[in-house]
Amino acid sequence: MAQISLTVNGKTVSADVESRTLLVEMLRDKLHLTGTHVGCDTSQCGACVVQVNGMSVKACTMLAVQAEGAKVLTIEGLVNEDGSLHPMQEMFREHHALQCGYCTPGMVMSAIDLVNSHPEGLTEEQIRHGLEGNLCRCTGYHNIVKAIAAAWPIMHNKVPMAAE
Amino acid sequence: MVVDGIGASVKRKEDLRFLSGRGNYVDDMNRPGQAYGHFLRSDVPHGKLNKVDISAALKKPGVIAIYTGDDFAAVGGVPCGWQIHSKDGSPMVEPRHPVLAAGKVRHVGDPIALVVAETKQQAKDAAEAIILDIESLPAVANLTAALAPNAALVHDEAKGNICFDWHIGDKAAVEAGFAKAHKIVRLDLTNNRLVPNAMEPRAAIGDYDVSSGEYTLYTTSQNPHVIRLLMGAFVLGIPEHKLRVVAPDVGGGFGSKIFHYAEEAALTWAAAKVKRPIKWTADRTEAFITDAHGRDHISVAELALDAEGHFLALKVDTQANMGAYLSTFAPSVPTYLSATLLAGVYKTAAIYAEVKAVFTNTVPVDAYRGAGRPEATFLLERIVDVAAREMNMDRVEIRKKNFIPKDAFPYQTPIALQYDSGDYLATFDGALKAADYAGFEARRKAAAAKGKLRGIGISTYVEACGIAPSAVAGALGARAGLYEVANIRVHPTGSVTVFTGAHSHGQGHETTFAQLVSEQLGVPHDMIDIVHGDTGKVPFGMGTYGSRSLSVGGSAMVKAMDKIIDKGKKIAAHLMEADVHDIEFKDGKFSVVGTDKAKSFGEIALTAYVPHNYPIEELEPGLEETAFYDPKNFTYPGGCHICEVEIDPDTGVTQVINFTAVDDVGRVINPMIVEGQVQGGVAQGIGQALLEHAIYDESGQLLSGSMMDYTMPRADNIPNIFVGTETTLCTHNPLGSKGVGEVGAIGSPPAVINAVVDALRDYGVRHVDMPATAAKIWSLIDANQPKMAAE
Ligand code: FES
Ligand code: FES
Repeated sequence: MAQISLTVNGKTVSADVESRTLLVEMLRDKLHLTGTHVGCDTSQCGACVVQVNGMSVKACTMLAVQAEGAKVLTIEGLVNEDGSLHPMQEMFREHHALQCGYCTPGMVMSAIDLVNSHPEGLTEEQIRHGLEGNLCRCTGYHNIVKAIAAAWPIMHNKVPMAAE
Repeated sequence: MVVDGIGASVKRKEDLRFLSGRGNYVDDMNRPGQAYGHFLRSDVPHGKLNKVDISAALKKPGVIAIYTGDDFAAVGGVPCGWQIHSKDGSPMVEPRHPVLAAGKVRHVGDPIALVVAETKQQAKDAAEAIILDIESLPAVANLTAALAPNAALVHDEAKGNICFDWHIGDKAAVEAGFAKAHKIVRLDLTNNRLVPNAMEPRAAIGDYDVSSGEYTLYTTSQNPHVIRLLMGAFVLGIPEHKLRVVAPDVGGGFGSKIFHYAEEAALTWAAAKVKRPIKWTADRTEAFITDAHGRDHISVAELALDAEGHFLALKVDTQANMGAYLSTFAPSVPTYLSATLLAGVYKTAAIYAEVKAVFTNTVPVDAYRGAGRPEATFLLERIVDVAAREMNMDRVEIRKKNFIPKDAFPYQTPIALQYDSGDYLATFDGALKAADYAGFEARRKAAAAKGKLRGIGISTYVEACGIAPSAVAGALGARAGLYEVANIRVHPTGSVTVFTGAHSHGQGHETTFAQLVSEQLGVPHDMIDIVHGDTGKVPFGMGTYGSRSLSVGGSAMVKAMDKIIDKGKKIAAHLMEADVHDIEFKDGKFSVVGTDKAKSFGEIALTAYVPHNYPIEELEPGLEETAFYDPKNFTYPGGCHICEVEIDPDTGVTQVINFTAVDDVGRVINPMIVEGQVQGGVAQGIGQALLEHAIYDESGQLLSGSMMDYTMPRADNIPNIFVGTETTLCTHNPLGSKGVGEVGAIGSPPAVINAVVDALRDYGVRHVDMPATAAKIWSLIDANQPKMAAE
């Protein structure tokens, strides 16, 4: 057992973990942040994607002890204090980019990184390619691609966010 | 005026919790005092289980208990919910399916022991200390091996590994059709075995309350009441009032979470033994070797045509893999859910089908999105394309010539079903137009100029949803009723809670059903809650599968709401001193016809619960009604899918460029959700056609047993999917809805393969079995040097 401390969604937390505990296990089992999901055991599905120090990371591919001192952002941390959503979350809702919701947190976290890392613009092909690490069994991806394309201009301040 | 009622693309209610990480899936739940379960599973495909030595494992840290097959000898086996009879009238062979393996292991993944420990890791660690003595036996890993003479037997009682040998249709009429045929087209095809792979792996928590003697099972299920019935009545002998089954948010099902699985029974039983809740969550590897697989049929089809290309008769001989044990609905899939659909959208005069169901040393096979109907559709739409080519006819013409015309409904097929409504030409023409079929040859040429082989494929289909009526399903072998239940509770201030037996695991019921209730009762969305997935709350139900939620579950709601409105009218008549026949209910108001007297829905609700001025002699207080709706017939969605592909001849890689689906799903409540359902189904169909394959090696090991080996469709494998609808209403349910959950997965695979074969037309390729992987296509191209010069 080792005690680690890190920042999760803006709060400093500490937890006792085994050296074999995965980051995703710590988030779910110790910190009860169950929005981050586990869909596979071979780092294929992306259901577990979170941000570590601003980069999207598969939380099943990283040990909890490796996150010592890191800043971790999970799907729960994307929601603003007043309950309003991040533009990517809004666009997922607007474009019906989720069905069962299981892949959704990881999808949203990956999508945010994808948009952030392409300030110059994103083609449909780039979006589809950029989602290579995330599986969705429900939506056929069509609406996920649409949602990400719609979030790009909002996140890069190109147009005001559509009033709902 | 009702806003956001029927026909509006209302944004989903459930999305807020899913998008903010507040979903409540089984693995997100923890019960006080919870222990963890881990199943030790067979890695031997077929073997004699001589001894399971748990003595060392029991001493491992944190271990609470370990159970093996012997502990379950006194409880029932995992039951099968559908009984088929063979041609000779004998019932199918139904071997015992023990909760934990007893005497023998029959597939890789067969559970042998349940280890209960303080933590997940301790349970896993202890399982490694269990010593197994398994004597390996020869295994039959596929249909051909299982049916070979002198093949090893999966179950001693199933001679030749045959579960049943069934048939349907008029054999003599088919033979007469063949005798007068101008041409007989034969096609051998395989429907590839698939792993459903809902993104949420199965999970369960068994719980037991010592003081009340009540069991609770939290499980990833599409139909908690069915699980309660099967597990309570057949396996563990727990009466319904002492057993609650909860299926909270469920991360996709696609059929694989219909079935009652051994783990559910083992955990529930063990929780009472250790007097603590026990939680188990499958990892993906476990899902691959325990979730029921889909498809896996081998068929020979023969179609007889006259000189003009009319279909005279169809004969089909199918072998269907059941796996090692009969899963809940497995026997119904190749029979009543597949063979009966072989008329498709065509007027074929005579049809005869035979199905041999076969045991193998593989994971059980059962319903997967479409369940039997994709197999029938693939067979039919492939043989129609082959027939067109061999008759030198156009693929569009041969279909049009044989469609059941729209004035022929209700249409009695020669193979049991009676279609109530449809307009196959409308969906066909709609799809041809949306896909710009007429302009395709120019696109083919343009692709050829870039060195690509472009092809277009059409498929039409009809499917049967909302399996029904109960009496008919019972006569065909179903061991349960197939109605649905709704309870509508109007609260004193006029808000509404709907308890439905249907279950949502991605379908968006909380939104669609609220639209239905809002439309009918005139109550705004924020005053309506939909409750599902808990046998402790919902009176009864059969769950969600076979695209039945709206057509059967929604119809039950309409029936219950009719009762609410009837009662409301009586209360309103009393309050306004009018005759009940003069009361009209519209837009949330009860009014006296021809006057301006009216009472709101809320006022009537309040009166029902505060009955000071109330017709108490004739009417009970309160406003809550329950309805059971038993359908009068199946519903028959139909449509046309068109796929355009490009093949790179150098690599064999097939890319789907365009996909068009025009479907008739009956009345649409929420078009946004309907489009999403079709797109998701089409993606699974493209996955089946091009990528996915559960492959066992000869010894019975699953080779594509992880997401690294089993190719799941990713965003760049799937194109944008155009979805259109052409509507005819279902004539026998109050909503006119037919169902949409499965159409995408049913219509798409043959459209893709027809496009692939079309792209390869200059290579003399007659048929390609699924999945059309790059390696397979490249080999075909390599082996069949082009006859391009002819063009
Ligand atoms: S759970 Fe991390 S990639 Fe699947
Ligand atoms: S929404 Fe269900 S897996 Fe993506």
